[in-house]
Amino acid sequence: MCPASNSDGPMPDREHALFLLREMLRIRRFEEKAAEMYSLQKIHGFLHLYIGEEATGVGAMQAFTPDDAIVATYREHGHALARGLPAGPLMAEMFGKATGCSRGHGGSMHFFDKARRFYGGYAIVGGGLPIAVGLALAEKLQKRPGVAACFFGDGAVAEGEFHEALNLAALWKLPVIFLCENNLYAMGTALARHQAQTDISAKAAPYGLPSSAVDGMDVLAVKAAAQQAAAFVRAGNGPYLLELRTYRFRAHSMADPDLYRTKEEIEEWKKRDPLALFEARLRAWGLLDDAARARLEAEVAAEIEEAVRFAEAGPWEPAENLLADVQGPPPS
Amino acid sequence: MTKMTYREAVRAALRKALRSDPRVFLMGEDVGRYGGAFAVSHGLLEEFGPERIRDTPLSESTFLGAGIGAALGGLRPIVEIMTVNFSLLAMDQILNNAATLRHMSGGQLNVPLVVRMATGGGRQMAAQHSNSLEGWYAHIPGIRVLASATVADAYGMLLGALRQPDPVFIFEHATLYPLEGEVDESAEPLEITRAAVRRSGGDVTLITYCGSLGKTLQAAEILAQAGIAAEVLDLRSLRPLDTPAILASVAKTHRAVVVDEAWRTGSLAAEISARIMEQAFDDLDAPVARVCSAEVPMPYAKHLETAALPKVEEIVRAAQELVPRHG
Repeated sequence: MCPASNSDGPMPDREHALFLLREMLRIRRFEEKAAEMYSLQKIHGFLHLYIGEEATGVGAMQAFTPDDAIVATYREHGHALARGLPAGPLMAEMFGKATGCSRGHGGSMHFFDKARRFYGGYAIVGGGLPIAVGLALAEKLQKRPGVAACFFGDGAVAEGEFHEALNLAALWKLPVIFLCENNLYAMGTALARHQAQTDISAKAAPYGLPSSAVDGMDVLAVKAAAQQAAAFVRAGNGPYLLELRTYRFRAHSMADPDLYRTKEEIEEWKKRDPLALFEARLRAWGLLDDAARARLEAEVAAEIEEAVRFAEAGPWEPAENLLADVQGPPPS
Repeated sequence: MTKMTYREAVRAALRKALRSDPRVFLMGEDVGRYGGAFAVSHGLLEEFGPERIRDTPLSESTFLGAGIGAALGGLRPIVEIMTVNFSLLAMDQILNNAATLRHMSGGQLNVPLVVRMATGGGRQMAAQHSNSLEGWYAHIPGIRVLASATVADAYGMLLGALRQPDPVFIFEHATLYPLEGEVDESAEPLEITRAAVRRSGGDVTLITYCGSLGKTLQAAEILAQAGIAAEVLDLRSLRPLDTPAILASVAKTHRAVVVDEAWRTGSLAAEISARIMEQAFDDLDAPVARVCSAEVPMPYAKHLETAALPKVEEIVRAAQELVPRHG
């Protein structure tokens, strides 16, 4: 059930290895804090946590540059953090504050940062794929170097837009990397209960694009696979589908009683916790000791505490601005 | 002024936009090699090439969404959807993304996308090619909705729409493409938020748009012969509605008939009627009347289709019932 690690690759340099661990730890602690803030009723609405899936977002994001456009889903806190969006405005967004990354208009599911080319969290499953195709078309037609990176889940492969978007991107040879984070559940419906073909990477071939699948619990394997896919796409070969096989440790959302899978299954997957796995390897390589680990933990804790402070301190958007961002000013 | 058809006017506007702005491109089903289902884009592939005149697969949701993404990425896409019925396949992208992104991103993003599509019945295309759903679009905050009833507007609205920072949907009535008229190709892009008085009169206001303008003008002519001076207001912009223009005309005539090819229930005609009631109740000498399509899926047979659509006689009768008999 759980894929074995397929990365016994070369030892990364210490600084980069610690960076990757830190990025995953930032997401883990951010999400834990978000859950806490939800139970304190600081955060409302839907809250979909990324815990367990940190290696996919962090590993994949290493393949992209500031020129690239990122499209994500409603489970996008990890992608936003890994893209470099500061934690404070993300927490403030979930608090509904004007200092949030979307001025409190979007909440947990709709993080945006135009300057960092983070084109958002899309909460209609599959809805981001056509947007990514268009962003890639804009890169190609304007002869810019960027690619579009599109994250989505296994649920999205049941949507028509997945099939349409793969076809169109391949037909027009557009620079898109489709990154399917397969956590095995479309909300509560297991992959095998909604797909006749459960090998998601196999769904690319009919549309004429290459694909591969990688152990999504192994940050180095994800990084290597994403870099390989990105190199293929940057060379003008058209799109690529990369399936990242992962698992979410928490329920679909805070509203989900998680009755559709067994505790044993979850515990089995937790043995392959991407942070624990990577930490163990770093220790084995001699790149991490207790003191460095404690320092890292303290630094991340300080960052998350500061994010909460920032969110608490931020003002509410005045209600008289309610209609301000519906449409722009007419042309002069 | 140049004499041309409605179809040629849209094409001339497309050509002008493609020539003057390298960010503009057209995509949709059969817009290239085929020349457009209504022959609007005929010849553009030869002039501008396949990079800018892009034939798409029959994937309305994805090419509409790709239009949104391309607009976010700095281009000025024009997406053609063959008919409004096909646009239902793209409704998710239209409502959840195109209309929403500016607000949902806290004002960071904007989507300068223009979408054109044919609407309306009258050509015996039956129930899946004949609807007038522009009123549904007019329900959505975050987009502009235009409907061209004249050849000059077919030209000017497209150029005006391309100057907007947000999505604009332009409805072209499928029966209007052969309509002839005059276009001033050197004119500035149209101001697209105002209704236009197509005929002046003091006895009753006939409020309409797009494919129903011709019938409404015919009705006004018949009414004139019967001694009733009808004012014909062409809405042009369905979202936002030019409420001041509607109220100004009603203040003058004290009576209004709304002519709308859509189904009556929950229609734009209902919205206009409500606004007049809310904002000009004291100006009214009679209840607002509506002439809409029958609430039936559009039938194929000619006599049944004719029976379903608004008719000149119905408009005349509705107006006559509002205006007291002379003498």
